[in-house]
Amino acid sequence: MTTSLLTTDARTKKRNAAEARFKAYGLGAIIVAMLALVILLTSVLGNGLSSFQQTFISLNVELPEDKLDKSGVRDISVMSKVTTIGYAPILRNALLATLEEQGIETDLSNKEISNMISKEAAATVRNRVLGSPDLVGQTVQFDVLASGRIDGFFKGRVTMESAALDGNTSPEALEIAQALADAGIMQTKFNWNFFVWPDASDQRPEAAGIGVAILGSLYMMLIVLCLALPIGVASSIYLEEFAPKNRWTDVIEVNISNLAAVPSIVFGILGLAIFINFMEFNQSSPLVGGLVLTLMTLPTIIISTRAALKSVPPSIRDAALGVGASKMQSVFHHVLPLAAPGILTGTIIGLAQALGETAPLLLIGMVAFVREYPAAFTPESGLFGEASTALPVQVYNWTQRADPGFVERASGAIITLLVFLLIMNAVAIYLRRRFERRW
Amino acid sequence: MEDMIQMDRTMSTQQDIKIEAKNVQVYYGDNHAIKDVDVQIADKTVTAFIGPSGCGKSTFLRCINRMNDTIDVCRVTGDILLDGEDIYDPKVDPVQLRAKVGMVFQKPNPFPKSIYDNVAYGPKIHGLARDKTDLDEIVEKSLRKAALWNEVKDRLNAPGTGMSGGQQQRLCIARAIATAPEVLLMDEPCSALDPIATAQVEELIDELRQSFSVVIVTHSMQQAARVSQKTAFFHLGNLVEFDDTDKIFTNPQDPRTESYISGRIG
Amino acid sequence: MQSLTIPLLVILGLTITGYFLAKTRALQVAGGDIRKLVSLPKQHALNTVLATAIPPLAAIVLFSLYRRLAEAEGSWLFTLVVIALAVTGFALSLIGIKQESRARTFAERWIMGLLIFASTIAIMTTVGIVFSMLFETFNFFEQYDWRDFFFSANWSPNFRGNSDLGILPLLWGTLYISFIALLFAVPIGLFAAIYLSEYASSRMRSVAKPAIEILAGIPTIVYGLFALVTVGPFLRDYFASPMGLGQSASSVMTAGLVMGVMLIPFVSSLSDDIINAVPQAMRDGSFGLGATKSETIRQVVIPAALPGIVGAVLLAASRAIGETMIVVLGAGAAARLSLNPFEAMTTVTVKIVSQLTGDTDFASPETLVAFALGLTLFVITLGLNVFALFIVRKYREQYE
Repeated sequence: MTTSLLTTDARTKKRNAAEARFKAYGLGAIIVAMLALVILLTSVLGNGLSSFQQTFISLNVELPEDKLDKSGVRDISVMSKVTTIGYAPILRNALLATLEEQGIETDLSNKEISNMISKEAAATVRNRVLGSPDLVGQTVQFDVLASGRIDGFFKGRVTMESAALDGNTSPEALEIAQALADAGIMQTKFNWNFFVWPDASDQRPEAAGIGVAILGSLYMMLIVLCLALPIGVASSIYLEEFAPKNRWTDVIEVNISNLAAVPSIVFGILGLAIFINFMEFNQSSPLVGGLVLTLMTLPTIIISTRAALKSVPPSIRDAALGVGASKMQSVFHHVLPLAAPGILTGTIIGLAQALGETAPLLLIGMVAFVREYPAAFTPESGLFGEASTALPVQVYNWTQRADPGFVERASGAIITLLVFLLIMNAVAIYLRRRFERRW
Repeated sequence: MEDMIQMDRTMSTQQDIKIEAKNVQVYYGDNHAIKDVDVQIADKTVTAFIGPSGCGKSTFLRCINRMNDTIDVCRVTGDILLDGEDIYDPKVDPVQLRAKVGMVFQKPNPFPKSIYDNVAYGPKIHGLARDKTDLDEIVEKSLRKAALWNEVKDRLNAPGTGMSGGQQQRLCIARAIATAPEVLLMDEPCSALDPIATAQVEELIDELRQSFSVVIVTHSMQQAARVSQKTAFFHLGNLVEFDDTDKIFTNPQDPRTESYISGRIG
Repeated sequence: MQSLTIPLLVILGLTITGYFLAKTRALQVAGGDIRKLVSLPKQHALNTVLATAIPPLAAIVLFSLYRRLAEAEGSWLFTLVVIALAVTGFALSLIGIKQESRARTFAERWIMGLLIFASTIAIMTTVGIVFSMLFETFNFFEQYDWRDFFFSANWSPNFRGNSDLGILPLLWGTLYISFIALLFAVPIGLFAAIYLSEYASSRMRSVAKPAIEILAGIPTIVYGLFALVTVGPFLRDYFASPMGLGQSASSVMTAGLVMGVMLIPFVSSLSDDIINAVPQAMRDGSFGLGATKSETIRQVVIPAALPGIVGAVLLAASRAIGETMIVVLGAGAAARLSLNPFEAMTTVTVKIVSQLTGDTDFASPETLVAFALGLTLFVITLGLNVFALFIVRKYREQYE
């Protein structure tokens, strides 16, 4: 007889130890993956959440007639000859006046005082004045942007030590900013404009927004939806329901599964060579971006649509054919509606992929600096033909800028992008749960 | 029925009792799959479990080597003793238990490895061989016992999945024998085989009785009659009747047993 | 673009009129009794709509492909052709409405044509990819010796010409980074899949699985920024600098690690499918012999799943090789043949981006080289994909 079952022999102990080790490796792998996700999200949130807030200075700005409208007739075409350079001293004087009012002493030069206010502020005031010329001669309260360095100080990005080494600001300026903040004149508050404003130049990260990028991404998603969905569904219907099984359809099948794995940048090269160089569509336009993303999304949509069609049992088709419907009618009247939730889910997931895609858009010129909101249609450039940018490309663009303020902007844009993706995926999951049918 | 089992027990004690189940209950979640089963299985005999589908005979078989442990929702109470030791004792390692209580499954399931590696798998993991020659010997002995040696000795490195169904099942039996078990559990071992392969396996089972206590679940009453010395009839989770095979088939005590073997239920 | 407005409006007008005209006419020929008609009025209407719209729209699509050739002719001729096509389809289909005419069959033929056309778009995309790159690659090799491109270990583009454009350092960077990414992603992804499918409780699975899938849904630009802002500086300050291996935040290690994180869900979900395809009977056989779970997994499940896992790893490798944003932001721009993983190196995809987004003359070899790089990348990834998909399909068939 062999040993008792009630005592564990040495070999079994060793084997059980190996078992425990193996299990620990598995758990370790899960933990590493989860940890990576947590670190990634904390890093993005930590860097980017502050971009939704911005520091503003509340100034009572005197708008002197002799500077802004010498003629005194409030003619906009004349007034617009005064550029932002003419408005900068007015803002500086307003700030100096406020400092004096608050009893804050300073020996900073005029230039250093000016540097505390964003260069964008002059443009804001100018636009407001040109919008309502009657303001000239009055003293108007403005909430203007503080400069990126001052804003960074309140967000912890700029410190006294770093300011001492910085040509664009100084510890004294930060002290004044602190004093103004204590007095309630300088405030860091929610900045809705981040979602609305266009990109801004290298020196003014505080004024940069993702308005144009969101609009461009929206245009492209529209194009992808309008092209990829019908084409994808049509080609799935043909391949799944009508295509004879021969070499030609085999080629199409293999081709689709390979197309799904082609690196995205290759689609960018295709877009550049075919749509821009050969067909001469406008560079940087949402039209070209949308077409490229359509071709990229097509395989995803086809694969999920075919899965959805396949899951509709043949009995449904037989039932329709049995009452004398044509094959085409059975597909369009019965199979397609039943497969619709699955198709929709696949489409949303494909759109989400397209929304986050960057590399091909770089090649078709969407990295360009665009400050104008693109129109959906203009007679000169056609449908979706105006230069635009897109959310992920805007992120890339900002990572290439020198001012560290743009890292915050890039992370903020990414948070926005991730929120969009989250919503889309949530909708897809909801649709799947709500309409899923088990046969 | 109670006194019948009692009587049965006194008879069995004349032989060596290998496995003794007392008061065994099995639950799958809320489903009470095995109700209050008591049975004593003798050494060096073939015991058959018969009964209609879903009667719990396979479930009970899988309790004997704790294969039910791998199913999350399955819960077993009561005692099953192997040589007088409770196999559900917390100190018992199911891994050690299964080396003693081998199992052959309904569908032949050779590993996608060579014939040799299939048989050598058990001895390797349990450390039964000192060296390569030792292992070779175990493999040969097991294959011989499984009546497969002559068919495969020239192609031990061929994949086990490439053989016929009957050969695959005998390979699985050889694989189970190789760990030197004391009990061999067989869960409908012939249900996926053709009649000729079935006959070969049945013949093999009869020979295995020399060395092991064999417990076989079968849906075929003829098979039970052919291979077993003892038969247990399960119905709706109850052990209805357990006796010598001859007696069960010629003179069943319980009306349910009688209607089953005469083909009225099942 | 302007030239298309008028024909498009004409087509739209004709289809709408056609729809209602066809319905009325169908009822007319039936004398108001639709039972006399072989096809329903709305089927006649559908046929008219399709016959009016499809031929001119097809002409417009063809025209926009050949616009450069057609421009010289002046587009008024084209406008006439399009309008003529629309009117012909409109008229013919309306005249054809009779009691016994089979409008449904005709309409279905039009629709079938559309379906077939849609299914060829995927093929046309592949053809477009191959031809556009082949064409420009030929242009490139006319200006630059192909032997230098494939076998030179020197990459230094010079905007005044006379550049060295050897692909070897780029390939080296690509492969090195992909290797590190796989070294990280394959064990973790595989072990995660094993743990989730064989060990984890259902509650743990319901948390961990979606969490890992979230990693798969994050766009690569996010990973790129993560590499640039967080991982790169971290590796430099805590590993490269103290060990004296370099001062660069962008490095092979940075890009490789982050790409590894990106590939974890890819490897784990593919492996999960493959491990689950191994039949339960195989596991039972092993447990029945007294094997522990890990012995069963290592000696039965993994060997049985091996071809599928190899396929998954190849697919992951193809992903890694073609990945762009992570390497653009994390790997650096210096073409270098070095073994030090903390040095900045560059990849094929990085150079495609940098050569095509610069302001150089499009016809210069410095720009055209991007197409040769793209074609090389396409061929490598295509080869890996075809091979991997073949292996995975063979594997699936084995257990079906």
